[in-house]
Amino acid sequence: MSGATETFYSVIRRQGMTRRSFHKFCSLTAASLGLGPLAASSIANALETKPRLPVIWLHGLECTCCSESFIRSAHPLIKDALLSMISLDYDDTIMAAAGHQAEAILEETRAKYKGRYVLAVEGNPPLNEGGMFCIDGGKPFVEKLRSMAEESMAIIAWGTCASWGCVQAAKPNPTGAAPIDKVITNKPIIKVPGCPPIAEVMSGLVTFITTFGKLPELDRQGRPSMFYSERIHDKCYRRSHFDAGQFVEEWDDEYARKGYCLYKMGCKGPTTYNASSALRWNGGVSFPIQSGHGGFGCSEDGFWDKGSFYDRLTTIKQFGIEENADQIGMAAAGVVGLTVAAHAAITAVKRMTHKPDRAPHKSKPS
Amino acid sequence: MSGEASGNFLFGYIRFAHFSAGYVLSIGFLLRIYWALIGNARAMQIFWVPLWRKCFWREVYHEIRWYAFLTVESERSIGHNRLAQLAMFFMFTQTITFMVITGFALYGQGAGTDSWQYKLFGWVFSIWPNSQDVHTWHHLGLWVIVAFALVHIYAVVREDACRAGASLL
Repeated sequence: MSGATETFYSVIRRQGMTRRSFHKFCSLTAASLGLGPLAASSIANALETKPRLPVIWLHGLECTCCSESFIRSAHPLIKDALLSMISLDYDDTIMAAAGHQAEAILEETRAKYKGRYVLAVEGNPPLNEGGMFCIDGGKPFVEKLRSMAEESMAIIAWGTCASWGCVQAAKPNPTGAAPIDKVITNKPIIKVPGCPPIAEVMSGLVTFITTFGKLPELDRQGRPSMFYSERIHDKCYRRSHFDAGQFVEEWDDEYARKGYCLYKMGCKGPTTYNASSALRWNGGVSFPIQSGHGGFGCSEDGFWDKGSFYDRLTTIKQFGIEENADQIGMAAAGVVGLTVAAHAAITAVKRMTHKPDRAPHKSKPS
Repeated sequence: MSGEASGNFLFGYIRFAHFSAGYVLSIGFLLRIYWALIGNARAMQIFWVPLWRKCFWREVYHEIRWYAFLTVESERSIGHNRLAQLAMFFMFTQTITFMVITGFALYGQGAGTDSWQYKLFGWVFSIWPNSQDVHTWHHLGLWVIVAFALVHIYAVVREDACRAGASLL
């Protein structure tokens, strides 16, 4: 454990980072947060003077892809600096301490930085059977989460697991896995969905909180607006093909090779809020659409339960058989059409058979 | 669709037609609501269904019998008959309201979170956080309108034909 007055800057200097790369990191982060050019210096100033923000990183039911994404961020300094910032306190996956030593750090942070530490949660707690499906340090994870959340300043819900539930909460959800905001209701929760979330989004968020000492503006669904206010579709580099009406029709057709829009192949870009088309993963290497596959919609609620990844419409299971809206609608319209036709035919027959009744009436006066 | 993306705008025009139609529908629907307020008693029919009145259900029952060829005479009244009123309210008024709301919510996603469309209709995404669901329901809504239009136009033509002395049959 380091002292409360230790700054972010002193930590990274001790680790051998140059001042030059520190400033590179500051300007890169300012840019990715969408702040003006002057913000870089205020970020630098904050990181040099403000006490380091203690972060506790817990792991529930998860696959560690958030951590994996995080350590592959574009700028090496982001990884090193922020990992030192976090691992110095607690992250059971990458910290040196283990067992009772590690658990002691939790208690220490909880007491020493009461109300001042950020609780980052990767994964989520299963609630069924008293939370027995995820045991951490000999206790159900949900208990650890509740006790650490109690004294925290805010909670960061890393990834789709913590934000929405992800695959372990997909139907029928046997373990009763629930997103963080269903378990902790009295603390501000920042959702950083994505499976995994983008490294620069994660580091940018932590830097923002450190720099400004407050939480960023959140949108209606609790996500930081600076990274989740636009859909992938809005910034997609294939967007011009969408507007032009140029679509990939088959996976191996000419249009796929030309890099046309993947909308018809079920791309979830138009319904997914994430920064993937702007920032991409693994140090800006790629994202699904760039690799020729539609977006998965991994940062959206219940993305495992929305039917095929290759279909634009959600599967509707209420009708017994799995159909989508168009199939159901077409069938309904067909049934209605046939009924109308049959009814018209009966009306016609009725009228014809009734004619003899009326004919005498009409013919009588003549 | 071949050629450079910069030289084509087909889907853009399709989307433009869709959005324009949506605006025309919305403004027309607002006008219809206004008409319901200042128009005659029957102008209110498709917004106001007295489900709790016994005589209402008696008339509905009569209309069902009329459409099932079980009675010779339809209740002759000006405006919608009771069954039609029921259908108009549940199939048309409610569906159009739903389509206008979800339509503007989805439009707001493209227009941006600062747009008035998103500010006014963004609450839809508190009900369905994943907008893919809203897309799906918006699709299904269209099919409800298709089914409604089929029955509606048929009923109008049939009514005309049967009342005006078999001019169409």
